[in-house]
Amino acid sequence: MTIVARSAVELVAAVRTGELSATACVEAFLGRIAAVDGHVNAFLAVSRERALEQAAAIDGRRAAGRPLGSLAGLPVAVKDALCTTDMPTTCASKMLAGYRPPYDAEVVGRLRRADAVIVGKTNMDEFAMGGSNENSAFGPVRNPWDLSRTPGGSSGGSAACVAADMAPVAIGSDTGGSIRQPAGLCGITGLKPTYGRISRRGLVAFASSLDQIGPMARSAADCALVLETIAGHDPGDATSLGDAVPGYTTLLDEPLAGLRIGRVKTHFGPGLDPAVAEGVEQAFATFEAAGATIHEVELPHADYGIPTYYLIAPCEASSNLARYDGAHYGHRAKPDGGHRAAAGNGRQHEPAAAGGFDSPLVEMYCRSRAEGFGPEVKRRIMLGTYALSAGYYDAFYAKALRVRRLIQQDYLTAFQSVDLIAGPVSPTPAFKLGEKTGDPLAMYLVDMYTVGTNLAGIGGISFPCGFTPTGLPIGLQLQGPALSEPLLLRAAHRYQQLTEWHIRRPALPA
Amino acid sequence: MTSRPAASEPYTTVIGLEVHVQLQTRTKLFCGCPTTFGAAPNTQVCPTCLGLPGSLPVMNRQAFALALRAALALNCRIATFTKWDRKNYFYPDLPKGYQISQYDLPFSADGWLEAADPKGAFARRVGIIRVHLEEDAGKSMHDEAAGVADSRIDLNRAGTPLCEIVTQPDLRSPQEARVWLNELKLLLVYLGVSDCNMQEGSLRVDANVNLHILRPDGSLAKTPIVEIKNMNSFRSVERALAYEASRQWEEWQATGAELGSAPKQTRGWDDPAGVTRGQRHKEESSDYRYFPEPDLVPVTVSAEQIAEVRAGMGEPPGELRARLADRWRISDYDADVLVNQGRDLVAWFEALATLTDDGKVASNWMQQDVLRTLNERGGTIAGFPVTPTAVADIIGRITRGEFDTSRGREIFAAVLETGRSVADVVAAMGIAAVGDDELESLCRELLAANPRIVADVQGGKEQAASGLIGQAKKKNPNVNPARVREKCLDLIRRG
Repeated sequence: MTIVARSAVELVAAVRTGELSATACVEAFLGRIAAVDGHVNAFLAVSRERALEQAAAIDGRRAAGRPLGSLAGLPVAVKDALCTTDMPTTCASKMLAGYRPPYDAEVVGRLRRADAVIVGKTNMDEFAMGGSNENSAFGPVRNPWDLSRTPGGSSGGSAACVAADMAPVAIGSDTGGSIRQPAGLCGITGLKPTYGRISRRGLVAFASSLDQIGPMARSAADCALVLETIAGHDPGDATSLGDAVPGYTTLLDEPLAGLRIGRVKTHFGPGLDPAVAEGVEQAFATFEAAGATIHEVELPHADYGIPTYYLIAPCEASSNLARYDGAHYGHRAKPDGGHRAAAGNGRQHEPAAAGGFDSPLVEMYCRSRAEGFGPEVKRRIMLGTYALSAGYYDAFYAKALRVRRLIQQDYLTAFQSVDLIAGPVSPTPAFKLGEKTGDPLAMYLVDMYTVGTNLAGIGGISFPCGFTPTGLPIGLQLQGPALSEPLLLRAAHRYQQLTEWHIRRPALPA
Repeated sequence: MTSRPAASEPYTTVIGLEVHVQLQTRTKLFCGCPTTFGAAPNTQVCPTCLGLPGSLPVMNRQAFALALRAALALNCRIATFTKWDRKNYFYPDLPKGYQISQYDLPFSADGWLEAADPKGAFARRVGIIRVHLEEDAGKSMHDEAAGVADSRIDLNRAGTPLCEIVTQPDLRSPQEARVWLNELKLLLVYLGVSDCNMQEGSLRVDANVNLHILRPDGSLAKTPIVEIKNMNSFRSVERALAYEASRQWEEWQATGAELGSAPKQTRGWDDPAGVTRGQRHKEESSDYRYFPEPDLVPVTVSAEQIAEVRAGMGEPPGELRARLADRWRISDYDADVLVNQGRDLVAWFEALATLTDDGKVASNWMQQDVLRTLNERGGTIAGFPVTPTAVADIIGRITRGEFDTSRGREIFAAVLETGRSVADVVAAMGIAAVGDDELESLCRELLAANPRIVADVQGGKEQAASGLIGQAKKKNPNVNPARVREKCLDLIRRG
């Protein structure tokens, strides 16, 4: 088996025993990136030299008999929404092109302290807004299973790089499905942990009450390995949970006998692709064969998930993205010469006739933001700004918060009778690039099965459960109560021991 | 509160205040950066207060405790559950594009603070609508030299904890506003909540003012409310309010415009010119799109926490004044003078009063000697070189007749100057108590030399004996004038 085909668990063990050097490991993945990323466009930055330096340092420490971190030598790709001091952090936006943060995200720090090697930053939908990766200012990511199709989004680069063996593990973030949906469309495993399980410090905020970082890998076991390192309380994030971090990898092999899995009838309604439906039904059968029981449950307010999500997320985003104003960092529009001259004449406090701007300052704000943000980001900023405006707050934001509570309650009720809920990740397999770009509403519906998890603040995992007749992966989603990560990972792991969908790899042109 | 026009003016001035106070914390409200004033621009900053991508706020518990202390001292109701909200607006000194503040659930509300004119002209209880916590913005510095508009931003202040105190429109004159602000400042300094230094911006005042005018038909006219900004001292608050009241009176006479006829106007105080000037109306229409801050968790406050803060609060100035007047039998005015000097000076006074067991004498010495010396020399009572014990020693010797008050002051000055003990100074100056025999022979000598005074006294003019005292002090500076007088009168009567 080639190095890049090996699992994260195997790679870490091989480096620890000395069977494989960290340098060889990192070189193999860097080589794979160089070979295939031209087709996929999963990376916005690759830290070749620094990664090799780190690998060499790890090998040196091992040779000297000094202790190594729990992920020593493991290459990790990080979504470009997480701050890194050694690579730009752009959120795939022109607004932050070339922006270099002065600090590492907490998750990046934890990975580095565990001796993982950050090989690069992955492409994404601009500011994590989108479900197809077509909203990247630096070009879309292509699905390794079919280069004419989307990898999903917004963590499309992270999903695609794992699917194409360019990294054994990637870090994504999930606000409404941005880990689970691309994992499903790319045939890999992605975990969206409970809100607060992983520190958000250093994750460029999209919607603060929904954002959550999570691992993406080829298997649940690899996700568990990484989660052990990146989960845990951070005093620098007031919303991070103080609960102790369980040994996720040690809990994987418990049998599933007695597990109660919920099936939501409305998950199989209109809009669901028949091939996806069939793959998911087969997964239920597999779980039953493994000793689980299937029960019908209801999530009565699930239909309100998308409208609720598309109020709360844009409202928070409109405020979170206000800081990109050109004044302090990021893109600033070049001043319009004629207008500046007028300002220099001491007229800066008067409304300027030219261009309709109130002042050169307001003009700088408007033009910087007009130039720096892409259309989907602007659309959501406008949606959120409108919904939070005086006179609309109660009708939109306040009502959305109330519905959010009902959705949370739905899950609490359902989890009284079942341990997990299973269903499709997204209604269709990977769609063609450009297929939905003209219809934002159709694009928003790709999140219909995933937003509930974020609104409820609970955990969810997605992994492959079959392939369409044309060879595209089909994803299964499991949702569990708050802090049910051990169970989510165990269920996915047991399923992956009984099936081989997660082993399949796309054939990429060399 | 009635709003009947005072006799002197045809209207009542109605004033409410919005006071921003910087809390005396070591670090900022949502990050660990220091709050020291005067550091080089942009040296006390971090990703959080710079609003960098991915940064998150974490609440400073000490700031919350200090704010609780202020609210309790302002007799506010403390919310058991409070949350943070974002106030969204664009400005270069606001790097996140929003200010973390409190909107619909402030941590405290419904309080009051009373302030009285020290001379007894008025006393006013002013209602507090709410006290909330928020972060400060940075500072914009506009350099428009040489015709080139150039703005610089200093974010050292960004994220500094502020308490916003909003009063009911309960004040009825510019003077009342000044006196009330003085009382508020004294209270907050006493509590250690803020240094209230207006020059450094740790206390900022905006005022809302309008007039209630009694028409001849008995109906009440209210002028549109104006918010005044840019006032840099309590004195300018008083002046700005007085100017604004007369401006509104003239405007009402000219236009008859009443409350509600136009949106609230903001006017800036131009101190050198002594006028308020209209500012752009644009801000009035701004919509801050408040919503709950998702990066912070709500704060719950327990009864135990409130009790703990209350226990550590110390006596507020109002209570202290009443206690001093009552316990030491000094006038309200004297108690006010002492309390206005701060908690340390009051402690010094009480030590002196306890040692002398005479509050009035102690208060006189505080005001005439200690305070005057402090004013002349500068500095605080904490660094004062004379102890209460030394002053009590001087007062005791005066009471026992060793020397008179003016001699006592000379000794006080010498102790202050040399740092020596009272006993040493008394010895060095050759001051010794004059014995009875010595006094009698001195008086006999004086009487023999002044037959005329003796005759006058015998003729019933006792005050003529005063002429002997100056002569006695020349012969022996240590004699006690009262004893000289008494002894001389006695000798004359006995013949």
